[in-house]
Parts: sequence; C-alpha cells; structure tokens
Amino acid sequence: MNIQVDADKCIASGACAQVCPEVFDLDDEGVIVVLDAAPPAELRAKVEEAAAACPAAVIEVHDQSRV
Amino acid sequence: MTRSRVVVVGAGAAGWSTVEALRRFGFDGRITVLSDEVHLPYDRPPLSKQVLSGEWEPGRAQLASAHRIAEADVEWALGVTAAALHSADRLVVTVDGRPYPYDELVIATGVRARRLPVLARDALVLRTLDDCVALRERLRTARSLVVLGAGFLGLEVAATALARGVAVTVIDPQRHPLADRLGSAAASSLVAQHRSRGVRVLTGTAVCQTQRVAERDFWLLRLSDDTTISADLVLVAAGSVPAVEWLAGTSLEVDDGVLCDSEGRAAPHVWAVGDVARWYRPDLGQHVRFEHRTSAVEQGQAVARAICGAPATGRAIPFFWTDQFDLKIQVWGSTSSAADVDVVFGDPGGPAYVAVFHDGDVASPTGVLAWNAAGPSRPYREALVRERSTA
Repeated sequence: MNIQVDADKCIASGACAQVCPEVFDLDDEGVIVVLDAAPPAELRAKVEEAAAACPAAVIEVHDQSRV
Repeated sequence: MTRSRVVVVGAGAAGWSTVEALRRFGFDGRITVLSDEVHLPYDRPPLSKQVLSGEWEPGRAQLASAHRIAEADVEWALGVTAAALHSADRLVVTVDGRPYPYDELVIATGVRARRLPVLARDALVLRTLDDCVALRERLRTARSLVVLGAGFLGLEVAATALARGVAVTVIDPQRHPLADRLGSAAASSLVAQHRSRGVRVLTGTAVCQTQRVAERDFWLLRLSDDTTISADLVLVAAGSVPAVEWLAGTSLEVDDGVLCDSEGRAAPHVWAVGDVARWYRPDLGQHVRFEHRTSAVEQGQAVARAICGAPATGRAIPFFWTDQFDLKIQVWGSTSSAADVDVVFGDPGGPAYVAVFHDGDVASPTGVLAWNAAGPSRPYREALVRERSTA
C-alpha cells in the first residue's frame, strides 16, 4: 500500500489524524503530515477510512504493485 | 446468475462516497451512476474559491484520480436526467425513456440553487462546475457584481470577485447573517472583515424590484430602503432546494428532502444520501437535512455499509469551514445550541483565535470555532471527540 497526498488541497479539518493517527499527523497549522507513506497492510482499512473521511479529497491510497 | 446492481442517482460527493465505500466494503456487483451533469465526480467547495479565482483549473476539483475512477468499475450515465422512479418494479426511468433496473437505489441528487421570484432568469447562480466556469468568464470583464445572500457561498464569491478587481455589493434580508452558523460574534467579525476590505454589505435589506437593461448590459435593483443600485452581474446565493421533482407521485415521503430512517432508508431498497436526504435523528427526535460536505460523505459510507452488510459506525463530529480572503474559519461540532462561549486562544477581533462553545464546563465542549487557528484548535477539537465518545 502506498499513500499519496495533495497537501496543497488540505483544508486542515484534522479528520485524517483523528481516524488513523498511526499514519497521519498534523503540522503546526493543522495541515496533513504523512508519518508513513507505505504503512503495513493491517492498517489498510483505517487508512482508506481516513482517505474517505477527508472533506477535501486530499489522500489517495494505491496498491504498491500499481504505483 | 445475475450480479446484483446498485444504481446511484447523482455524482456529487454523496454519490461518489457511496460508490467508493461500496467497493471498499466488498460490493462486487454492478454499479451504475446517473447524473444530469456531464462531469465525473467533482468537489463543490472549490467552486466559489480556487476554481472561481482561476487558481485551479476545473479538473483539479475532481474527487478522484483517473486511477481511482477506473478501479471503482462504474457504468457512468452522465448527462442523463432521472425522470421517474417505479419502486414496485425497482426501476428508474430517465428523461429519454431509458430504464435502469436496480436491486438497491441510492438517491444522491443534491440540491439546486434557489431562484428568487424578484429576478429574471438572467441572474447567475453558483452550484455546478458549469455555473462556476460561466461566472468566472463573466468576472473577467465585469466591473461590478451584486451578490444576493450573505451566506458562506455568497461571501466566498464576494471575496473571490473582489480579489479579481470587481466592485462587490452583498445584500441580505437578515440583519445578522450567519449568526446561526458561526455564533453572533464571529458572524459579525466576518461581515466587518468584508466591509474593511471594500465589499459593500447591506444587511437587513431586501431587493424589491429588478430591471435588466439589456441594451446596456447591466442591472438596476431597487432595495427595501428605497435606494437603487446598478451592477453588471447579479449572482443569487440565497440557499438551495432539494432536487426531488423526479420523485413526485412515488410512495417516498418527500418534505424538504427525502425522508429516511436513521440509516438512510427511504423505502425498501431505496436510500437517500447527502444534501437531498433528511435522515431521522433519534437523538434529536426529528428528521434533519444537512447541506454539509462531511455529512454527504458520512451518509454515503453508512448506506454503503448497510448495503454490504458491514457493521455501522458512530457518527463523526460535524465539521464545516469557509475560506474568504486570507481567513480560514472552521467549526467542529455545534455552535448554535451552546449556552456559553469562551475564547481559549488569541483575541476575537485579532488575527487568530479559538472559541469553545459549551454548556457551563469549558472542558466539555459542544463546539469549537477556529478563526485562522487550525493548529492551535487541535487540543480543543480532541476534547470534543473525547466528549462525544463518552457521551
């Protein structure tokens, strides 16, 4: 699994860090920070939930093999 | 064996979220999306901001990359308007007479911009990507713009148009617009910010009469204070109405949106999500319709879970935001029901502050407002989440 974010689109809702703090954090201005761009497979459901919860569609999750 | 088929009517954030979540939760049947717009799913909040300003090309507002769209394996019926629902036969029929049979139907038709009776058809609205591109084009040459409605959409357009060098007047019949959404202090500050930057904001003022001077390509508007103003462009930003016309005569209960149970079910095998849907809220004892970007996503996911038989999850904290000039205002939870407001960071009237809405105990917030303070608001938002999960 591979995570791509378009941080310029981030509106600092904090949803990602709330749903999946293992992978997402926020900087001092509340903007998304990816802690692990290739997290372990067991986090997949949570990462996808965080991507879906983002109100600005900033996060995309890809299968490693396809990237 | 035929694969089961979900038909989604509407390709906005709610419709797309439903599709995306159906696949995520393992639905491997057919998915068909009908939309009266010709575009693949795109996001609406940027339409009054980055896309309107020209900072983004329209394609940047797309909700999913080509890769994600392909992965979702959807039959797209774009530029296709649903005309009727025959729920007994589980069939949606389009304006051109084509039938779309379904096993599960998800209604995600959203809302339409409200038109004002006092205005002729020529006034602009901003709801769709095509509306946005048309307004953007008109703003290239316009010298003046009147925006009718000082809600978030109207004020965001005002800020964007002012930055493009257009003289802007905003007119709203309410004396204190947005006070119900932001609390009265922040709402007043926001209007004051507009005025200090040169937007003319007329509150407690209605438009009584309009005249389009076609040969000279401008508008004359007579206001309730008996003054008259002129403008090259008029944009109506006076709220919206649910897009439910095609459901007339069905067994569905429609009253300011499609009435649903607490899981989004409007009738057997019929669901509704997003701006068009009025879900029953057991905690409030009534049906509620939210025009919130985050609510659209949440409802789409909840219905996808229900269709897939995946367990339901709890509701997320409501959230909305607005970007105007260099201001970012964000609200988590609710500001309207709270008895007290405490400013916990910065000063109201200053460049950045955080206000906590509560019912007597600031450690148990019901809502958090950040005024240019997304970072500093974080511990208070986390308190809100904790409060919600223990409530």
